[in-house]
Amino acid sequence: MAQPANRPVFAPWNDPKEKPLIQFQNVSKRFGEFTAIDNITLDIFRREFFALLGPSGCGKTTLMRMLAGFETPTEGKILLDGVDLAPIPPNKRETNMMFQSYALFPHLSVWENIAFGLKRSDMPKDKIPARVEEMLRLTRLEKFAKRKPHQISGGQRQRVALARSLAKAPKLLLLDEPLGALDKKLRQDTQFELMDIQEKTGTTFVIVTHDQEEAMTVASRVAVMDHGKMIQVDTPDKIYEMPNSVYVADFIGDVNIVEGKAAAQAGDKLTINWAEGQPAINATSAGPLTAGSTVHFAIRPEKVAIARDKPEGRANVIAGKVHDIAYLGNISTYKVRVAGGLMIKAQVANERRLSRRDITWEDDVWLSFTDTAGVVLLK
Amino acid sequence: MFNFRRLFLILTPYLWLGFFFLIPFVIVLKISLSDYAVSIPPYTPLLDLSAGWEGIKSFVGELDFENFTFLAGDPLYYTAYLSSLKIAAISTFFTLLVAYPIAYGMAQAPDEWRPTLMMLVILPFWTSFLIRVYSWIGILSNEGFLNQTLMWLGIIDTPLVILNTSTAVYIGIVYAYLPFMILPIYSALEKLDGSLIEAAEDLGCSKMSAFWLVTLPLSRPGIIAGCFLVFIPALGEFVIPSILGGTTTLMIGKTLYEEFFSNRDWPVASAVAVVLLLILIIPIILFQRNEQKQREAGQ
Amino acid sequence: MNRRFSWFNATSLTLGFAFLYLPIVILVIYSFNASKLVTVWGGFSTKWYGELFGDQAFLDAAWVTLKVALVSSTAATVLGTMAAYVLMRAGRFAGRTLFSGMIYAPLVMPEVILGLAMLLLFIAIGLDRGVLTIILAHTTFTMCFVSVVVSSRLVTFDKSLEEAALDLGCTPFDAFRSVTLPIIAPAVISGWLLAFTLSLDDLVISQFVAGPSSTTLPMKVFSSVRLGVNPQINALSTILISIVTIGVITASLVSKRQIAQQRADEQAAVRT
Repeated sequence: MAQPANRPVFAPWNDPKEKPLIQFQNVSKRFGEFTAIDNITLDIFRREFFALLGPSGCGKTTLMRMLAGFETPTEGKILLDGVDLAPIPPNKRETNMMFQSYALFPHLSVWENIAFGLKRSDMPKDKIPARVEEMLRLTRLEKFAKRKPHQISGGQRQRVALARSLAKAPKLLLLDEPLGALDKKLRQDTQFELMDIQEKTGTTFVIVTHDQEEAMTVASRVAVMDHGKMIQVDTPDKIYEMPNSVYVADFIGDVNIVEGKAAAQAGDKLTINWAEGQPAINATSAGPLTAGSTVHFAIRPEKVAIARDKPEGRANVIAGKVHDIAYLGNISTYKVRVAGGLMIKAQVANERRLSRRDITWEDDVWLSFTDTAGVVLLK
Repeated sequence: MFNFRRLFLILTPYLWLGFFFLIPFVIVLKISLSDYAVSIPPYTPLLDLSAGWEGIKSFVGELDFENFTFLAGDPLYYTAYLSSLKIAAISTFFTLLVAYPIAYGMAQAPDEWRPTLMMLVILPFWTSFLIRVYSWIGILSNEGFLNQTLMWLGIIDTPLVILNTSTAVYIGIVYAYLPFMILPIYSALEKLDGSLIEAAEDLGCSKMSAFWLVTLPLSRPGIIAGCFLVFIPALGEFVIPSILGGTTTLMIGKTLYEEFFSNRDWPVASAVAVVLLLILIIPIILFQRNEQKQREAGQ
Repeated sequence: MNRRFSWFNATSLTLGFAFLYLPIVILVIYSFNASKLVTVWGGFSTKWYGELFGDQAFLDAAWVTLKVALVSSTAATVLGTMAAYVLMRAGRFAGRTLFSGMIYAPLVMPEVILGLAMLLLFIAIGLDRGVLTIILAHTTFTMCFVSVVVSSRLVTFDKSLEEAALDLGCTPFDAFRSVTLPIIAPAVISGWLLAFTLSLDDLVISQFVAGPSSTTLPMKVFSSVRLGVNPQINALSTILISIVTIGVITASLVSKRQIAQQRADEQAAVRT
């Protein structure tokens, strides 16, 4: 088992000696004509908090239901701890699932809901109450043990569902949009609670979500999915800083995309011609590019600086006119119209009071960024 | 998940219905193609399986549509079918006339009243059908409650003959099937958004024209469902014409019953049943389509 | 919205419910009539009730009816619940369309046809007509009603509850027994009540499939009613109507209290 002291960074996916807990091997799933999962190969490791992220209908829920045993792959194999899952029915699998609707049994009390799975395991009868009490403590539900699900609040129901699915100490816990039914404030608190519980129990979590912020907050790795395919599987910071495609860059957070043609390349530095009569963008590319090929330059708004006077010594400087300003309290986003009618967003932290702001609508401004601030995308 | 439990679960009700529902209809169909005979059972040919394939062939060879041509040729039967259709249609219309104001009143009633009103409509449904029909004998007979009241009020001098006429059958059907008409209309009217009427009035409708232009069209699915729910069972009704209709009212359900028990002509009774089923298929399909449309609209 | 009755609605409801209930009320009143003539009031008396309970034929018929209703409604509930579960959960299987057709057809089929068809079956297989044939026939047509009631509950049943049970280690049968059944129990019970009432009420099908020694109460009532009004029948009707009324009112009061309780619980849950 990995000890944080020996390995300060938790990254089993980089360790070739580490054996994955779950292996998807060329898994496809078709419902009639419709392909829900398209040839996915993926490893998930022990103690990971793995997020499946994508819009609705991208196949993330199907992937999770195949792990739980409610769907079987049309092609390919899923291994848990090296064992093929295909012949094992859901009730015999060492996985448990927390359902989107929570699926709490309405006729049973909170206590009985948590004990439900234990009563059907090989745990001795006299050990069950202690385990239930432990789960109630873990989820801070001691006071509500005797209540029925309809007698507690939404946040409490969510915790009962979590406690019930964790009670059997599964090898793998599946969470299907676990926080979808909660309001924003409660959701943020619960995200941290989830991470805390995951750490305490050392269980491997796989979470399905369409909320990118949630995925970024809780996950050790995020898999971005679209139309049944894995687009990118990486740590949250890599997904954000180094998306491998326009789709991922656009799906996660806010981004400016500038389409252009790759020009001169020297080492990892290259220039991109993006508009007639405008200086080319100086950027950094991970790999070699053919000169003249179409590329997309993606840059996050917070990495674009905005100023009234032309800044000196910046790798890229572009002139523009302020089209719109969105004031969000802590930050302001400036929409600036540049050559060719393209809109570029620049985000600035509001360090001073609004009344002291020196840039306003229709001002001529300068946008600037370094040559490593953005990424060059081919697709 | 194909296993024995699943197979058992599917097969038990399947085989039960197959044996006690489907096979009986095959038998009815078969006997309707046979001929009447003075024997036990009272029809020929009999399927002789011991004769093997030859037996089956000669059996099939003797089946014919003679009973159906007989039905078409004998006025007793086609007038019975026609009069059943007429009685069912007219009484469905009157049931609608009686039911709509009640359903409308229920839908407009204060919220705290609705469960009680609903219960009052459902209560007769749980009460014996036979008893509810029977209760009209005492009211409609010559010296019955209705005639006594009318004579006491001085409206008539001699008692009206209602019992043992078609009028009594109409009254009986309207009365017995009223809840079936009220409930679907009520559920359509209850779903109606009150602000639609307000919008119609805001746009210049009078209360009356708002009813004609908004309420009535939007309750149409309920009206259609209710009409089928009354018309379909009324067509094959047996109890009401037997108790209230006397000997003069011809209805096909009664004809079938008498053909079978009094005349002991099983082939003709079976043919009557087959034709009645064929007639019923049309309204049943229309009804199903209406329900389907409702379900799709609801989603 | 809090509205009051308009005069039009009040009138139509009053007249409508008068039409629905007046015949029953008259029936009940005349069951206490001392006179043999049903239309002439001869003073208050309970003698018809005495005569009813002294009439062995009536008591026998009541006993047969009760026996038939209890057995057939219970069998119909088991079969109907299975059928509903198959329709809603078993997915696709060969002959599914025929199966759902066989479930829905008896609901709209005239009873004369059902009765005739089943009688011909019993004759064909050489089964003697009697209590058993009535039970079989009643089970068959009432199971379809049970199945409709139960499947309308299963439609709104959150399927993930069953999946959660499987996920927590239940076999499919265990999941049905410990999760699905307790939750759909109210629908199963109302299905049973419906089947029981339909069986108690049924005249036409019994008339076809009953033998000479097995007369049900509706058959007995029917044969005496054909001869005209009979105060004994009024007494019997009054008893049956009272039972049904008490049952329905109790059931609606219980469900009203349950709903109120549920609402109070939900409000309490929001506060905590």
